[in-house]
This record gives sequence, structure tokens and C-alpha cells, in this order.
Amino acid sequence: MKRLFKTYLEKPELAGLILLVLLIVLFQVRSHGVFLNADNLRGILGILPEAGLVAIGVTILMISGEFDLSVGSVFALMPMSMAVLMVHGWPFPLALLAGLLAAAAIGFINGYITIRFAIPSFITTLGMLFMARSLTVVVSGGFPPLLPADLPNWLFTSFVGPGNMFRMSFLWFVAVAVLTSLMLSRTNFGNWIKATGGFLPAAASMGIPTARVKIVCFMLCSVLSGFAGMLQVLRLGSPLPSIGEGLELQAVAAAVIGGASLTGGIGTVMGGIIGTTLIRVIDNGLVLSHVDANWFKFAIGFLTIFAVVANAWMRKRAKAIKMEG
Amino acid sequence: MGDAIISVRDLHKWYSGVHALKGVSLDFKRGEALGLVGDNGAGKSTLINILSGVHRADQGEIRVEGRAVSIATPRDAMDLGIETIYQYNSMVPTMSIARNLFIGREPTRFSMLGVGILDQKKMAEESIRAIANVDLHLRSPDALVGELSGGQRQGVAIARAMHFKSKVMILDEPTNHLSVKETNKVIGFVRGLKEQGVTGVFISHNMHHVFDCCDRIVAMARGEVVLDKRIEDTSIDEVHGVL
Repeated sequence: MKRLFKTYLEKPELAGLILLVLLIVLFQVRSHGVFLNADNLRGILGILPEAGLVAIGVTILMISGEFDLSVGSVFALMPMSMAVLMVHGWPFPLALLAGLLAAAAIGFINGYITIRFAIPSFITTLGMLFMARSLTVVVSGGFPPLLPADLPNWLFTSFVGPGNMFRMSFLWFVAVAVLTSLMLSRTNFGNWIKATGGFLPAAASMGIPTARVKIVCFMLCSVLSGFAGMLQVLRLGSPLPSIGEGLELQAVAAAVIGGASLTGGIGTVMGGIIGTTLIRVIDNGLVLSHVDANWFKFAIGFLTIFAVVANAWMRKRAKAIKMEG
Repeated sequence: MGDAIISVRDLHKWYSGVHALKGVSLDFKRGEALGLVGDNGAGKSTLINILSGVHRADQGEIRVEGRAVSIATPRDAMDLGIETIYQYNSMVPTMSIARNLFIGREPTRFSMLGVGILDQKKMAEESIRAIANVDLHLRSPDALVGELSGGQRQGVAIARAMHFKSKVMILDEPTNHLSVKETNKVIGFVRGLKEQGVTGVFISHNMHHVFDCCDRIVAMARGEVVLDKRIEDTSIDEVHGVL
């Protein structure tokens, strides 16, 4: 019993999960039952995958001990380059491939520069935030291109499931979440990510290729952000160069609310998802409870600090529970 | 020297103009516990770093079991059966004991390009056995290493080296910052190495710790070996005298 209690207290996503449940109950009561009805849930679940995929990438990168501020700009650049290529006659699958490769290249550059010159990834990716955003506007030529009419929306944004509850994007999101979770917890590569972020000298002295591990995490983060941006563009029907602004900090907030540590080594994919859901729930719930929507950012900021404090406290409590030993 | 497991001949190392190793030749004998002592900057860490693949020698030869080898990375050293245990550097505190035991050498059920699914059952079973083998009494292998005491962590590091059948175990200042009780435990581990047929290289500032558990003592000063004697042929005073 004591061990079970301790194990749960040590779970980094616990504080976020408790907050999420409390807020759902609160909003359900305050909105007189509107919050959890099918229409509203459909709305939340329809946009959750976009921020959620970015948060998954950012969370994994943070576990490996690095940081990416350029995700919001990649979120815009990837679909914009796709749109421009399609205007020039490229078919959708090729444009998709080119867009994903471009995102992967940005991730590689972020990682390579950070490691090669031993500078903080905060700086590398801050630079990339501006560069990628600027590129987005440059390739668009100032005017968002028109998307062709025959896009495979059935694969990405159409509503499916019982009562048309989900968009296809939600299924992509679930698939990515399951695969990355398994990668982190069940593969040797996941072990290397945690070791690299947990204590770099130990990982290196045990022969883990820490530079390669980090670069792969940077690339994964960029690719997921680009893919998420494409989902949003397909949903909105137009590639605006301004999408994803501020997303980088929201994704970090989501990861942190979900228990990821800024110093690396600690965190779970599920935590990042819980954090994102919490942000979406607050966004939606405030409106439904007739609270001035301008409190949204205040609530996220407050929750970020609160979740981290709660997590630190719980970890300390867990540590204080001495098992025989 | 037929019974030498590692022989180094005429090793040199320069660090940006500083001649840190000046032609060191030394034989590490099979099954022996060797104490390596010397002041800071005497060259003992340099020698150890070369053997464990952290640095490369600028000149000289290393033979392992009679074969000339090249040790370029920590992984090369481990593959040759040379395991190094540092005071701080060998454990990830945010990970469990079982995960730490297998860092970089995880058993997988199937893998592609070196990445595969962890065999968690094997990891759990083998870590329990590995810990018990060094007479370390711990709660479950799922406990975080960050919650262990310094001595217990050294115990886990030693269990890891034993589990991977290392032939030579280098312990770099393993008793620093440990309490007396914990220190005795680590010294006990070093004594236990001989029964398991493992060569131990014990590096310490503390002469008493070295005399407590080693068969032979090698003292270094200014990048050279200045004393190399059996424990019974020398004394703490003599070693202090040459340093």
C-alpha cells in the first residue's frame, strides 16, 4: 500500500492530471452541463491534436535535456512551403514529403549547432524562431497562396467515429502519442533519451551516443510541429503565415504542467498531452462559464507555476516515504 | 609478464603543453587489487582516463591480455572488459536501479539498426541477481538511484561492472565524500573482487583505504611511476616519502 502510494506520488504527470479532473468538474458545473456535451467536446477534440503533437515533440526534447523555441515558426513554415510547392504543380504527397524533410532539416540544424558549438539550445532555437518565421513570409511572397481544391482532407481533417465525434487528425494524434510513449518507455532508445537528459556525463561514460540522441530528438520535435501545422492549415483551409505564434511557449507550459523537468531526464508523453488538454479545457471552459476570455493567459501562467510547485512538493513527499532499505 | 591482463608501455600524454604522462610503463596483474596513489596532477587520472577511453595517449602501447589494442571511446574499453567507476559520473539519479544497470547495454527482444524493444523481464530478473551478487541489500530494482546513499550507488556501479563480466575494474576515488561505514562497505567490495577473479585498480588519496584492501601499491608523481611494491614490502610512511 505504502509502495503503491509512493509510486503514484512519483509520477510526474500526477499534479496535472488531478488539476485536469478538477477543472473539468468545475467547468461542467459552472456551464450547467454544456461543457461535456457532444458538440463542445467535438470542438475541443478537433483542435487538441494540433497543439498536442507540438507538445509531444517539445516534451521528448525536454526529457533529452534540450529546448526548442522554434516550433511555432516551423508550425507555419512547413504548411506554407507545401502550399507554395502545390501552387507550382507538385502533387500533395510529394509536397508533404518535402515539407516534412524541411522540418527535419530545421531540427537537424538546431541540434547540430547547439551541440557542435556547445551553446544553449534556448539561443539556437530563439534564432531559428525568427529565421523560420521570416522564411514563411518570404516563401509566401507576402500573399498566402490558394490551396488546391482536391486535398486529401478525408485523411486528416474529416469527422469520423460514433456521432462524428473526432476528426481524422485525432487518430493521427493518438497514433503518434502511443508510438512515442512506447518509444520512451519500452525501447533502448527511450532509455538513452532519459539518461542523456538525466545526467549527461554518466550517459556519455556508458557509451551512449548522446549527440546523436539529442539531434534525433530535435528532428522529431520539428517534424511533429510541422505536421501539426499542416493539420491546422487543412482545417482552416488557408496557409496563414502568422499561425503558431506563441505556440512555442504554450507547448513548454504544457510539458511543464505535465511534469517534464526543464533540466531534463524527467517527463512523459502522457504528461505533455495532459498539459495540452488542460490548456484547451481552460480556453474553452472560461468562455462557457461566462468568464472574460482575457483571463485565459493568466490562468495558463498561474497553472504552470502551480503545477510545478505541486510536483516538487509531491516528489519531496514521495522521497520522504522511506521503504525498507 | 605472462600473467599481466593489461600492460602499458611508455605512455605519454600532453595537455596543451603540459607533459602529464612521461613514459609510464606498468603491468596490471590478473586477479590483483592494485592501489594507485599520488597527489593531484601526478598523472593517475590521466592514466585511468586513457585506459577507460575518455582520452587517448599521444604515444605508447597498450596491451590487453597480450594483444595490442586501441581504446578510442568508453565503449571500446567496456568491450575489452575494462569498466570504470567514477565518484559521480556513472549513474543517472532520475532513473531506476534496473535501468541504470543496463544503460547503453540494454537487452532487447528484437532490434533494427541498434534500436529495439527492451526486454524488461530480463532486466528486472538480472538486476535483482546482480545486486544480490555483490551482497547489496536494496529494495526493489525499480527504486530511483537518486534515493540511494553514496555507498549504495557505488555498490550498484560495482554490481553493474560485475554483471557485464568486466575483467578489470577501475575505481576512481570511490570513497570520496562517504561516511566511515559506507567507506568500509566499498573497501569490502574491492576485497570481494579478488574472489570473483576480477582485477581491481583502486585510486585514492587516502593511504589507509588503499593499504586496507590492495595487494600492491603504485605511486605516481609528476607524470611518472615513483614506487611499485607489494603491500607487505612497504609502508604508509615510505609511500608518503616518495610523493
